[in-house]
Amino acid sequence: MTPETRHSPYVPNTETDRDQIIKRLGVSSTDELFQDIPKEHYLPKLNLNEPLSELEITRELQRLSMLNDTPDTMPCFLGGGAYRHFIPSIVKHVINRAEFATAYTPYQPEVSQGTLQTIYEFQSLICQLFEMDIANSGMYDGATAIAEAALMACRITKKDRIAVLNTISPAYTSVIRTYVEPQGLEIYSVDPSDIKLDERTACILVQHPNFYGYLEDLKNIAKIAHENGTLLVTSTDPIFLGMFNAPGKYGADIVVAEGQPLGVPLSYGGPYVGLFTCKSEFVRQMPGRIVGKTTDTKQREGYVLTLQTREQHIRRERATSNICTSEALIGTAVVAYIGSMGRVGIRHVAEMAYHKAHYAASMISQIPGYSLPFGGTFFKEFVVSCPVSPEKLNDYFLENGLIGGIDVSDRVKDGLLIAVTEMNTKEEIDRLVSLMTECRSSK
Amino acid sequence: MNIEYNERRTLAQRSLKGKIGTTLPKLDVPAQDMPDAEDIRTDLFLPEVSEGEVVRYMTSISQMNFSIDTNYYPLGSCTMKYNPKVNEEMANLPGFANIHPRQPKSTVQGALELAYNLQVILAEIVGMSGCSLSTMAGAQGELAGMLMIRAYHVSRGDYKRKYVLIPDSAHGTNPASAAMCGYEVVTIPSDTAGNMDIDALRTACNEETVGLMLTLPNTLGLFDNNILEICKLVHDCGGLVYGDGANMNAMLGRTKLGDLGFDVMHFNLHKTFSTPHGGGGPGSGPVCARDILVPFLPSPVIRRDTDEELDSYSLDEPDTSIGKTSAFHGNFGMLVRAYTYINLLGANGLLEVSENAVLNANYILANLKDYYNLPYDRVCMHEVVFSAKNQKQQSVSALDIAKRLIDYGIHPPTMYFPLIVEEALMIEPTETESKETIDKFIQVMQIIAQEVLDDPLLLKNAPHSTPNTRLDEAKAARNPDLRWHLSS
Repeated sequence: MTPETRHSPYVPNTETDRDQIIKRLGVSSTDELFQDIPKEHYLPKLNLNEPLSELEITRELQRLSMLNDTPDTMPCFLGGGAYRHFIPSIVKHVINRAEFATAYTPYQPEVSQGTLQTIYEFQSLICQLFEMDIANSGMYDGATAIAEAALMACRITKKDRIAVLNTISPAYTSVIRTYVEPQGLEIYSVDPSDIKLDERTACILVQHPNFYGYLEDLKNIAKIAHENGTLLVTSTDPIFLGMFNAPGKYGADIVVAEGQPLGVPLSYGGPYVGLFTCKSEFVRQMPGRIVGKTTDTKQREGYVLTLQTREQHIRRERATSNICTSEALIGTAVVAYIGSMGRVGIRHVAEMAYHKAHYAASMISQIPGYSLPFGGTFFKEFVVSCPVSPEKLNDYFLENGLIGGIDVSDRVKDGLLIAVTEMNTKEEIDRLVSLMTECRSSK
Repeated sequence: MNIEYNERRTLAQRSLKGKIGTTLPKLDVPAQDMPDAEDIRTDLFLPEVSEGEVVRYMTSISQMNFSIDTNYYPLGSCTMKYNPKVNEEMANLPGFANIHPRQPKSTVQGALELAYNLQVILAEIVGMSGCSLSTMAGAQGELAGMLMIRAYHVSRGDYKRKYVLIPDSAHGTNPASAAMCGYEVVTIPSDTAGNMDIDALRTACNEETVGLMLTLPNTLGLFDNNILEICKLVHDCGGLVYGDGANMNAMLGRTKLGDLGFDVMHFNLHKTFSTPHGGGGPGSGPVCARDILVPFLPSPVIRRDTDEELDSYSLDEPDTSIGKTSAFHGNFGMLVRAYTYINLLGANGLLEVSENAVLNANYILANLKDYYNLPYDRVCMHEVVFSAKNQKQQSVSALDIAKRLIDYGIHPPTMYFPLIVEEALMIEPTETESKETIDKFIQVMQIIAQEVLDDPLLLKNAPHSTPNTRLDEAKAARNPDLRWHLSS
């Protein structure tokens, strides 16, 4: 049943090679090697398209990609956990190096020093940015990072209730539920103005800035939590930390974030990387891989995966998590990004996003009928209360070649969540404002 | 000056105040009121390095890695096959790389069509009814699959089930995922042929059985020839069968897990479908399920609606779903790569993958079994597990042999796994290596077998050719140094 024609350029064995191998094995055909498969289920019909050449698949994918509108051609004010920030050219060049991209997990340190040293840089840079003691080498994304942080807090405190501030991203809440409820842990929602914790509350989960873009009163929440023996788990935005105090400064015990804003393309939601940091006393309860510095037999410095007895390949069902990745290549992008942006660049990006978002907010709040329903300080994202339904407004934007914000009217009356970054020009913001001015009544 | 140390200086050691690595535009809006001074950060300490220095640093450390493009990886259980370059180019098309996950559906129809097509293709390859692409790695696919089984039992009011059966040859992620579902693990031993001990399974199956987690072929590289009976035993006691797709490379086009009796399974796109490993991620772990479990698939699932012969695609969140497993829709960039690869191969190309993966593994088996102990001497699938227990008698371990391979430019095989094989060396040649490379590997392994007898110290001190010799892992764990500090 050998295919008569070869289709794959990725299989180098020739007919002659195959014949030689078959002869060496002393079998009559390859099929004989598959004899353990029940006969009635061997070689089922496989209904797939005919194979395409590289030229044809390239054309087909270009066609599909061009059916999508991108923020490159349509101004876009979407955020809600993924943000369009400037990515210096260097980032793509570094992660496209095959020595990083096509390497395996660094279980063999002698042939993985490039990956291991990069992860050590990643952990260091994230700790510096977050003002936390320890960072791991990365989680899947921001949502699973906060879910795993909740599980970790329950392990540390040996308590089983998780308080979730009602201002965190609904997508995060959904992922947290998926992760924690099967383990018999209980989630409950609390309002920032009325934080109720009890003796069973392991942690309180806070997003700062919250889903609506505003800062929470972390100082006060930390005080309430710690007085109750409850851990403060905070999810933050890494660009925000370029300008504002880090949660670590207020005593947060575990701080996580979506790493995408740090040089990672939007890519319709992934791959991203979850950033995960904690106080040093909790390191042995951390999920995920950790790299440490050590020495070799000739006393030269080098790096290895360490504290592995927390992990599934050693501890199996008693591991801190089942995770078996660190999104290493995305972590490499983060290192190239922070490395080239540096202290000044990150600060600059944060301030540009801040000023542009505040410019947009002040212009919008001057349009009759529009208002900002929340007080307090926001960073690069804010909610607008609209005189028309946000759904209609977004449709109107789209008809006029602009992608608006996130409709949050299920949570905030007539609320539209708008994100502005350094990528949005004044022209784009002014266009947004003029379209809002045009669309003030339900036509 | 120690030159090597110099090349490996960290970003912190390279930082000099005033250096910048990028340029940014001037603010084009009027400056706004700043927030309260007490909220403003005054202690942001990050390295300051120029762009060229970052590039040279990262390029030079990258060259300390082995990688698929530079070295051969006969690495069992991880399918380190060649990663086609066109995949990368397709994932980087601006229409895929630059779209925001919350864009309105009318602006992302191309992305949704691709994802929908991939769902259909993956389900077809394993003979399942539905698929979700939202799980971001194999281990997360396992977790989602087991949560679906849990949701199924709960939906039937069947709350008494609490034991997950897992063979002793399984990956560590299997028991870890079962534990994350709140279940307890019952380990099923293997028999002398390397199959699951069917009598032990029969004894373990009862009304408290959640189901079975099984890798096929198993981690010994063997296709369990009792598979139909295994699935039947589990089903007969009301349990469901979960398939770990780590070893799908051997099965492509040869048989469908759904036909064999599996109820749910995950793929590792980074193993079977050639997306790069990236030094440990990002991967992608789509979940496919048969009809009874489809309602519980993780959200979102891509839906196609046809109206007057016009197709439109949308994200669907089924009511009975186990919920979301990622903030958005999974690792879309990896889906583009896998879709490119599968379309380049077609059905015949997939058969060619499994054919050559299995031929190459058996070729290695035949040529090395006189040199290394072969605990299960039967036809293998895509990988073969040897034991270095004979070499151990010369006080040379599997680890020493693995490290010695590095000196010959070959990445070590997976070692000490599966746990049931003493001094295990698990070798998966893959289909993307030429017979010439595999012949060289065989020859090197034969030379090493002789070196064990002639010069054991040569192996015990290996590798000799790398930037670092063996590293002190005990020291790393005892005195954790997990970061550098910069305080100005």
